[in-house]
Order: sequence, then structure tokens, then C-alpha cells
Amino acid sequence: MQKLVEIVAGVTDGSLTATAVLEEHLGRIQARESEIHAFNLVTADQARETATKIDADVKAGKKVGALAGVPIALKDNMCTRGIETTCSSKILQGWKPPYDATVVTKLRQAGAVVVGKTNLDEFAMGSSTENSAFGPTKNPLDISRVPGGSSGGSAAAVSAGFAAASLGSDTGGSIRQPAALCGVVGVKPTYGTVSRYGLVAFASSLDQIGPFTSDVRDAATLLEVISGHDPMDSTSIPQAATSLVSVLEHGVKGMRIGRVTDLPEGCEPDVLARLEAAFDALRKAGATIVDVKLPSLQYCLTAYYLIAPAEASSNLARYDGVRYGNRVEAADLNAMYAATREAGFGEEVKRRIMLGTYALSAGYFDAYYGKALKVRRLISDDFARAYKDVDTILTPTSPSTAFKFGSKTDNPLAMYLCDVFTIPTNLAGHPAMSVPFGVGADSMPVGIQVLATTMGEQAMFKVAAELERAS
Amino acid sequence: MSDNAVLPNGWQLVVGLEVHVELATKTKMFSASANRFGDEPNTNIDPVTLGLPGALPVLNKHAVELAMRIGLALNCKVQPCTFHRKNYFYPDLPKAYQITQYDHPLNIDGFLMLPGEVRIGIERAHLEEDTGKSTHFGGTSGRIHGSDYSLIDFNRAGVPLVEIVSRPDIRTSEQARQYVAELRAILLVVGASDAKMEEGSMRCDVNVSVHKPGTPFGTRCEIKNVNSIRSVGRAIDYEARRQVDLIEGGGTVRQETRHWDDASGRTETLRTKEDADDYRYFLEPDLVPLVPEQSWVDQVRAALPVLPAARRNELAELCGIDKDGESAFVVVERGQDDYVRQVVGNGGDPRRSVIYVQQAFADQGAAPKVPAKDLAALTILERDAKVTSTQAKTLLTDLIEAGGGDVVAMAAKRGFEALDTGALEAMVDAAIAAEPGAWQKYCDGEEKALGALVGAIMKSSKGKADGKAVTTILQSKRKK
Repeated sequence: MQKLVEIVAGVTDGSLTATAVLEEHLGRIQARESEIHAFNLVTADQARETATKIDADVKAGKKVGALAGVPIALKDNMCTRGIETTCSSKILQGWKPPYDATVVTKLRQAGAVVVGKTNLDEFAMGSSTENSAFGPTKNPLDISRVPGGSSGGSAAAVSAGFAAASLGSDTGGSIRQPAALCGVVGVKPTYGTVSRYGLVAFASSLDQIGPFTSDVRDAATLLEVISGHDPMDSTSIPQAATSLVSVLEHGVKGMRIGRVTDLPEGCEPDVLARLEAAFDALRKAGATIVDVKLPSLQYCLTAYYLIAPAEASSNLARYDGVRYGNRVEAADLNAMYAATREAGFGEEVKRRIMLGTYALSAGYFDAYYGKALKVRRLISDDFARAYKDVDTILTPTSPSTAFKFGSKTDNPLAMYLCDVFTIPTNLAGHPAMSVPFGVGADSMPVGIQVLATTMGEQAMFKVAAELERAS
Repeated sequence: MSDNAVLPNGWQLVVGLEVHVELATKTKMFSASANRFGDEPNTNIDPVTLGLPGALPVLNKHAVELAMRIGLALNCKVQPCTFHRKNYFYPDLPKAYQITQYDHPLNIDGFLMLPGEVRIGIERAHLEEDTGKSTHFGGTSGRIHGSDYSLIDFNRAGVPLVEIVSRPDIRTSEQARQYVAELRAILLVVGASDAKMEEGSMRCDVNVSVHKPGTPFGTRCEIKNVNSIRSVGRAIDYEARRQVDLIEGGGTVRQETRHWDDASGRTETLRTKEDADDYRYFLEPDLVPLVPEQSWVDQVRAALPVLPAARRNELAELCGIDKDGESAFVVVERGQDDYVRQVVGNGGDPRRSVIYVQQAFADQGAAPKVPAKDLAALTILERDAKVTSTQAKTLLTDLIEAGGGDVVAMAAKRGFEALDTGALEAMVDAAIAAEPGAWQKYCDGEEKALGALVGAIMKSSKGKADGKAVTTILQSKRKK
């Protein structure tokens, strides 16, 4: 399958046509989508129009964008003007936004070809896409296994070759964990790097958009395009996108890589073995491995499952059946609210709304939400101390490789533990990415997570590129 | 019940006011939609206003500046602040939360002075967004429960508001009315709001409780739907009396929100504390802290206009009128005090200048068309008794209609010839001679007889004589 950078090069110099590239991807979708269910919607007609226009522009000698002709899939929680955006929820089924998210505008301006909207756990709440109201997505490498989540559809779309790249959103690991489970690269940038305008909010202080690609260079290329300040997002960092592609060949000689000595337990031995192999590879390439302690790590999962549901309970209150989305008619206003939300939301979404509402309630706020915010400061302090000694930190992305459907659905806590290594990054607002690094005992891919401090993407990409060369 | 009922048996009224004002910005608090009253419903909307999935708020800098003007005019401290979400479900609240300020508001710890050096503390003046406007059809109450259907206009949703919260320092309904009137005058002069209570751009919630001095404050009730300054006084008087009657009848006041019905002149329960929402306030994660730079605060402070109280003082001193009286209040509220100053500067009689403007320039705005020197000339004509006060009023009307002119020529045209004191005395003597019976009765102390004498003089002068001057001459002649 072609890399994103090869497509752009080929389309720009005329050796490839966007239309031919698109048809190749649509062909793969045609062949396997019914089995995988990566998409909620394939926008083949609009994609063909876009591709045709790009080819015409190239022929006419016009300058084309940095993603010219690249077939891209969007997680179905990013607003697309006039195109259904559902968050894999019944409550938004049929809703067509009147506007494009800022990332979508940037992709269109760069000449990307949007092939469809990908499946997710409802409102991005989950780690397997089993919480989608429209059925789960299958892992293209083994369809008896989950693709991870919540951006499972976006990870599967790249893994299956349905798109050269895709975008996901990551609130507690929703890009990195499915990337690891599907054997692709997934990046959660520094909070504020990519505009959230038009991303349907799950937990606003944690959500961040990022790319899925089949290699590190493609990820750097795509991230450069979608990054940068957006006046429509008040939490957007007021500075230009960082140059990433330029550092990929720098190597890791002299870099200091952190090994967390108090990593939470519960990680599979074959995954831990791959982590050791990663440290070995970096050592061989000239890096120094330094032990670091992150004592607050053990509290992060608990803190996350208070902060994220608290924000979600507020963010999802607008789905009340009054202005848009689906409504269930009832005798009076309060009954209409209850019936609409009862029918419109799935079990996991309801669980988190209840949890978050409780955590913010009068009399419980300080004990739950207030304490969770303290943990958030503690983990940031831990990281700040650690990053005095190291440039990046390495952990597994996920405690295990892709698991079988249904194996965790009866136990929410077991499902929540999938994100134990990815959540601390979101609490701190830092960047982290998952890079495929060999396979586990079941021959399924293992992802290694590279963490860095705020705006530390260059160090993170140097290490990721080195791991990719060594794998 | 009178508008200013005094409570019986030593009960003392305690009032605090929460006043919401819509800011006079071009666009909304967090989006680029127009902030304009009276447009076709649901035309000033966008993804942010409607709370569409994925939309994010961006703070309007002009709204912050207007809020700072209000805070500084109310002697508040302007401080770094944050925004919170206030969560509750209602159809005209598009996001199901209102973005407001909670534990760190923009303006804190100010005060407002009322006539008689009464100081009303201002606890805070914070920024927040308005809701949409619901209209309920069918049913009898005009409220959502029991209605057949409701319509919502989101033009108002997201309009920037400042909520000004007073301390419970108000002790009479008259003070409450003065507070609202003074606050409104300040809002107008600093240009923060058009403050039209009838259009809802200024709205009052009134917290009322009663207690006996020396004991803790009583349980308070919050009264909503108080839509005019007059209603503020009426609602407070009714509610205070209701609470006193309740307590004296052996009952206790429940903490609750009550609705003022202007037609019936009563308050009634809207919701009790038990069924109040838990708003689950938390820091708004879509916004960053607002930290106004000191240089910006200083700049806004320096640009503040002279406030109404100071202007009334200046005007009162210039014209020799009461600084807390109606003339000073009305003329300053209309912004006509500068004009009065010009009239006096052109030699006008100060007292007559301000009275003329108060009485005849209600619809003239801050810059009346009549040149200041022409109005000055008219006040001099009257002061020097060249025309009577009745004639002066006629000439004032002529002057306003003509947009100015030579008042001496106008007086001549009307035939208002000047009658000096000598001519008047001659007329008085003639009248005494013509009505000796009436004169005798008047000299014997029968005041009614004065009418016949004055009437005779007015007749002989064809109405040109000044009744007051004639009376003075007659009185002085009687004493002799």
C-alpha cells in the first residue's frame, strides 16, 4: 500500500492521479468493509468529485496542497458540513452539521480526499468500539478481535488500507490504544496543538485530535498540516505548527530515555518484553536509558474516571431533543427529556453521565471532582520532575494486544484498565504516540508509547522514528 | 397599600438586588452573531449560539471592556477571573449550561452612593451569557407548565450580560428604587447598556427579608419578573408586608423564589429551595482565565466619563437647586447638564435655565436645537419682569418650535410689551379707585376680595400684567 508521502509526491508531479489512488482505496473498501465495519458512512461520490478536481488542478498547472490526493477517513465525531455526523450514537443519527470542523477545513484546503466517517465507541467512550450504537468495528488483522477504541474505525481504516491516513480523537488513549492494537502509528499531540473547533466534545480539557498513519513520516506530515493556532478555539496554543518531518533522521544519539520504575501492574509479559526490546534498540542507537519515578501514576485512572465523566455529563446535556438530533415525544417537557435520553444514549454513555453528575453534585464535589483535580496537578508535577532528567519516556501503549470481542464488556473496570498507560498524558496535556514494535505471543502487534513534555513533539518523533527503523 | 409602606411593630426591611444588564456590544458574548434587539426571531444565530455539537466559545473583548467600565464606575476592584459552567436543563438554554463567573468574578467589592450619603455595597459585577427567550402559548399562566406549545427565539441567547449583585444594605423600598434609578443612570452614561427595563435589557431580581433590628437577618425570598422601577418598590412593599403578616400569624418564611404579578400587585411561589436545581458549577474547560492587564484597566478607568452623581452636584451648585431633587436627576439623566451650563455661560439666569430645560426639553436629547444664548435671553426677560412667567412659557414654546431666534422680537410680535413697575402701580391705583368696595374688604382682611382687584388690572392691561407682581404691589399698599 502506498504511503501518504508517496501519494502526495506522485499526485503533485503527475505520475499518479488522485482518482486512481482513490479508486484503489474504494476498491479495498468494497472488498472488505462489510466484514470490518470501519465506517459509519463512506462518502464515495464526494470523494470522487474532490479527486477529479485535484487532478484537473494538477493538469492545469495549479499549485496543489500538502495532502493532494490523499484519501483520508475522519472519526465520526468531527463535524462535516452537510454530511451526517453521529458520534456512533442514536441520539445524533441523521444530524448533518451546518459547518466544517477546523481540521476538516484544513484537510480540504490541503487537497485531502475525505473517504468517509469512521465508527467509534459512542461519543468516544470506550476502548473497543463495542459501545458503538451501530455495531462494533473488527480488527483487520484478526476479525475475532477488537480494533481498540474509541477511534477503532479510524485505526482499522488505515490498517485495512481503506484510507492512507485518518484522524481520531484521544481523551484517555482513544488514538494510541487502537493504533497499537491495529499495528499502525497514532499520535496524541500536546493539548492545544490541533483545534478542537468542530470536534464533538467528550471531555473538553482532555480531548485532542491526532493522526493515524502507517508510518512515522506520514504521521509527522499530516500533523504538520492540521496543527497551528485557531482563533475559534480559546484553548488553542497561539503559535505556528512545529516542524516535525525535518527531525525524523536526527537519530537518538545522546538522548535520555526514561524507564518508569513504578509502572502500574497488570501488563502482559509479552508486551513488557517488547518494551525491553525497545529500550535495547534505543540504547544501541546511542541513547541513554534513565530510571524515573512517577508516584502519582497509580491514581491517574481513578482521577480520569471522575474528570472525564464530569465534563461529559455537562457536554452531553445539550442532547435534549429540543433543537436537533432525535426526540422521543412524551407528555411534558421533563418526560420528553427523559424518554429522549433513555432511548438515545447507550449503556456506557449513561454510566458516565451518572458518574460525572454525581462527582459534580453539591456535597460530593470536593471529595470526588476536587480531589481528582489535585491528582491532575500531582501527575503534572511528577512529569515535570522526570523531564528534568529525560527527553522522552517509554511505556507500553496498552497492557495487552488486541483482545477478543466480548471479553471485557461485562466488566467496565477491566475495560477502563486498557487506558492505564495512556491516561496520564491526557491529564498532563502532554504529547504521546504509539509506534508498532513487533508482535506479542498471539502474533498481534504491540505498540510502544513514546511520551514527551508539553510541546516536546520533536523529541517524541525522533525516538518514534528510531523505533520504527529498529523494528 | 402605599408605595412606601412603613412596616409595623418595629420590623425592619432588608433588601439586596441582583440586576442583569445586557451589554451594548455589536456581537455576542462568545460568537460573531449580532447582538441586536427586535430582529426577526432566530436570525442572529450560529453554531456557538445554538450550542451545536463541536462549537466552542471565544470571549468578546468589547464585552469585557464594558463590564470593566461598569465595575470601575461602581468603585469595584477589577481582578483576574475565570468562567464556570452553571448546569441546568431548559429549552431556551442551548448548551444546557450557562457560561458565567462563579468564585472569581471580574469586578468585586464596590459601592454605590444614594441621596443622603447612603452607601450600598456592591458585592460583585460579573460577566455571563443570556439565554434564549421562550414564549408559551395556551394555558392560563403564561408559563411552560400547562401550555400547549412554546416557541424559542435564540437571538437573545449568548448576548453578553453583567450581573450586578448588591450587598443586603437597602432598608426601604424608596432606597431600592433610588438604587435602580442611579444604577441605570450610571449604565447609560458609561455607555455599557441601553438599560431599557421594558425591553428586558435591564432586569431586577429582588431579595427581600425582614427582621427586628439587633437580631440576625430573616429568611429571604427572591422575587423575579420585576420589570420597572415602580414595580421594584411595589413588589418589595407587598413582599415585606406578606412576610411580616406570616411571621406575626405564627408562620415562618420559606426560602423560595417568587414571581411578581404586576397586574394583581402580588407575589406568588415559583419554586421552593427543595426543588431548586443543583447547578453543579465547574470551571469552563473551553475557556482560559481572563487576566486583564493593569494598563488596560487604567486605560478604561481614565476614559470613564464624569458620573451622574458628580454631574448632579455640579449642576446643583451652578443653578442653586437641590442635588438630590428631581430637576438635577432628570436633566443629568437626559445628559442636558452641559447644555444648561452653556445657557448659564451665556448669561442665563441659573435657576430658570435648569427649570426651563427640565420642563420643556424632555424630547430634545443631550443637544437641544435652541441655541444656548437664545434660551439665556428668555430667562433674563422673565427674571427682569419684562415678561410674565405665563408669557415666558409661551415664548419658550415659540423658541423650541422655531429652533431658536431673537426672543425680544418674538415677545414684541406676540404683543408682550414690557410693563415696568411704574406703569403697574398706576394701573393698581386706577383699579383701587374703580373698585373701592373690594379694596375696603381687602384692607379689612378679606383675602377673597383680592381676586376682584387683580381681575380688574388684568383686564385693563389686556393680560400683560404679571399677576404675581400686581399682588405684591397690592399687599404692600394694604400694609401702609
